[in-house]
Amino acid sequence: MKVGNINIALIGNPNVGKTSVFNQLTGLNQQVGNYPGITVEKKTGVCKLASNLKATILDLPGTYSLNASSLDENVVIELLLNKNDKDYPDVAIVVTDVENLKRNLLLFTQIKDLEIPTILVINMADRMSYKGISLDIPYLEKMLKTKIALVSSRKGEGIEELKNLIVNFRSLPTEPCLNASEIDVEYFNNLRKAFPTQSLYKLWLVITQDVNFVNLDRKELPSSFTRSKDQLKRLQHKETIKRYQFINDVLKVGQTIDINSAKDIRSKFDRILMHKVWGYVIFFFILMLIFQAIFDWASVPMDFIDNAFVSLASLVEGILPAGVLTNLIVQGIIPGIGGIVIFIPQIAFLSLFISLLEESGYMSRVVFLMDKSMRKFGLSGKSVVPLMSGTACAIPAIMATRNIENWKERLITILVTPFTTCSARLPVYAIIIALIIPNQRIFWVFNLQGFALMAMYLIGFLMALISALILHKTLKIDSKSYFVVEMPNYKMPMFKNVAINVVEKTKSFVFGAGKIIMALSVILWFLASYGPGEKFEKAEEILASQLPKDEHFDAKVASYKLENSYIGRIGKSIEPVISPLGYDWKIGIAIVSSFAAREVFVGTLATIYSIEDSENQDATIKNKLSEEINPLTGEKLFNPATGISLLLFYAFAMQCISTLAITKKETNSWKWPVVQLVFMSGFAYVVAFIAYQLLK
Amino acid sequence: MEINLAQLQIGQKGIIQDFDIDLVPLKLLEMGCLPGNEVQLLQVAPFGDPLYLNVNDSHLAIRLETALAIMVEIPNEEKL
Repeated sequence: MKVGNINIALIGNPNVGKTSVFNQLTGLNQQVGNYPGITVEKKTGVCKLASNLKATILDLPGTYSLNASSLDENVVIELLLNKNDKDYPDVAIVVTDVENLKRNLLLFTQIKDLEIPTILVINMADRMSYKGISLDIPYLEKMLKTKIALVSSRKGEGIEELKNLIVNFRSLPTEPCLNASEIDVEYFNNLRKAFPTQSLYKLWLVITQDVNFVNLDRKELPSSFTRSKDQLKRLQHKETIKRYQFINDVLKVGQTIDINSAKDIRSKFDRILMHKVWGYVIFFFILMLIFQAIFDWASVPMDFIDNAFVSLASLVEGILPAGVLTNLIVQGIIPGIGGIVIFIPQIAFLSLFISLLEESGYMSRVVFLMDKSMRKFGLSGKSVVPLMSGTACAIPAIMATRNIENWKERLITILVTPFTTCSARLPVYAIIIALIIPNQRIFWVFNLQGFALMAMYLIGFLMALISALILHKTLKIDSKSYFVVEMPNYKMPMFKNVAINVVEKTKSFVFGAGKIIMALSVILWFLASYGPGEKFEKAEEILASQLPKDEHFDAKVASYKLENSYIGRIGKSIEPVISPLGYDWKIGIAIVSSFAAREVFVGTLATIYSIEDSENQDATIKNKLSEEINPLTGEKLFNPATGISLLLFYAFAMQCISTLAITKKETNSWKWPVVQLVFMSGFAYVVAFIAYQLLK
Repeated sequence: MEINLAQLQIGQKGIIQDFDIDLVPLKLLEMGCLPGNEVQLLQVAPFGDPLYLNVNDSHLAIRLETALAIMVEIPNEEKL
């Protein structure tokens, strides 16, 4: 039997539980990708409706209306206007929140004007009696010309009824529920005459929206239909009022709210969480809790992963026959995978907290509290989320800037976010701090090393704010400050939504950044295992004539080989540039290779030293580094001056290709990633230079 | 009595009057901030900005500069 497939688009305002409905319909049967050419996340899932029918469900980005004001919203319009798109829906499902029905129906009336079969989902129906709301469903279905499913996505109620409505989608009415063209009768009559075959509302959207249309070119429109921006805005204004009049009239009859039986927890929570003192105290404690989780709790699984990969490498080395392939696996691939997997606990903890804060509705309160103070630095209250996410990884953080309406504020947020201490810096910091700061407690509670780590985080945040201020004063961008934040109801976060979110975020990190790290590990192994000319190939013979054959001979050959390998040559050639910062050629190699991703620094040193000393594979890298001697001075290489210089270098330098790529995508220009690279890395070099010269 | 939105006392309600649509983003209209609708000032952030409103059953926050452009009429029984 052939299984039929229909396309469904899930549409709705933000904060209506659209994703919960999506999760209920598809379960774990989901895929996350990107729309071609842009970084907007594209979520699709499959839902089995009957034995011979399944639905491909597309979860479109949340939007308040079809008047797009952001990249995410453009996606919705571009899809709904293009009948030839392979994702063009057979059925549109508009998800609304029973407590915000009035506002949510605005989008619904616009979708109806597109003449797509549409189902109205009224979500959070379990809260109706709690809020004193009752609905006349047959009346609403008649007036809105649709079928309604009352759903409670938290409890999984009404999902079967919704599936039944989808199965019978061919009987859904497709005519609009109001005539919005009444706002300018003459204009729309002429438009209809000029394009008798097109939907009137589609034409209107083509005229007013600044998006790409595949099958209808703006240039085909006669100039008599173009209007000035002001006139268009006035018409859109009228259109919005017209739609609200209709909605108000319908709800006056179809919805009754008994205010006396409504309970209000919102104002009680708001009074505490948005209090001018307690609000900030609570936010500070939540931040502390998040940092505690990332540094302290995550270290347990991270140590375990670290040890597991060391044991795996020696186990594999014991089993496989000695040879080039074994070396590649043991010294290149296994440490490479280990270098990615070790970040999973931190990324998972951070996305867990952020998704809890967003699901509960608390994040909007933080935006409200922080907006005024962030604006002093040219940022927005909405920059708080990217800056917090930046402590895990700058890539999702920069993508989270999309809901900042003001272009200047958004650009500054994008440019300064990489200064916050991402988890890729953490292993670099951890190992250098362990080498130069004694593991002691002061005042019984504070560990000196932990203190140093905290200082590095503060330096990162401080630098982000200072450079934001500099950009705020120097960038001459005039953009209107549109700031509208919805304050959603407080909700108990749903386990399923949070869990799926954490898994998705972690997956996209492992397979996104992970690919680069993995590839580099293998390239590095190759560059370190091969070298040009006789000095590399005949290392043993050359040394045999100079040195006695004692127990140190093999190690000296390995070291000599590394020095003359390809990577040794690269490191040596940049030594003059980096020696004023206190680094030798081995650190130079690590810096060059970690240009693509910071965490590669530790992996490279591990590779370099495990190759140099392959008899002692499992001695930890920390011990190896602390024994290292600077050949120029004869002292320990990792002295405080070099260590602090390295810490500062990594705090400021733009050592992440993925971040540059995402900045290019999000700003749609090469200018801003170049600015980021030159400013950050230049600054890092100067600061590291000053620090080393003062301290040495 | 006609005043701007930021001049409302906390908890006070007013009816939105016509406003200059060049100063108010379309998105705010779409969230229900339309002439004739009731608006209540719920809370003001430290330093007087942004403002937290309930308008047409939508709960939202806007900045002071936008609030200054929106005039409201206070019904008689709401006058203090």
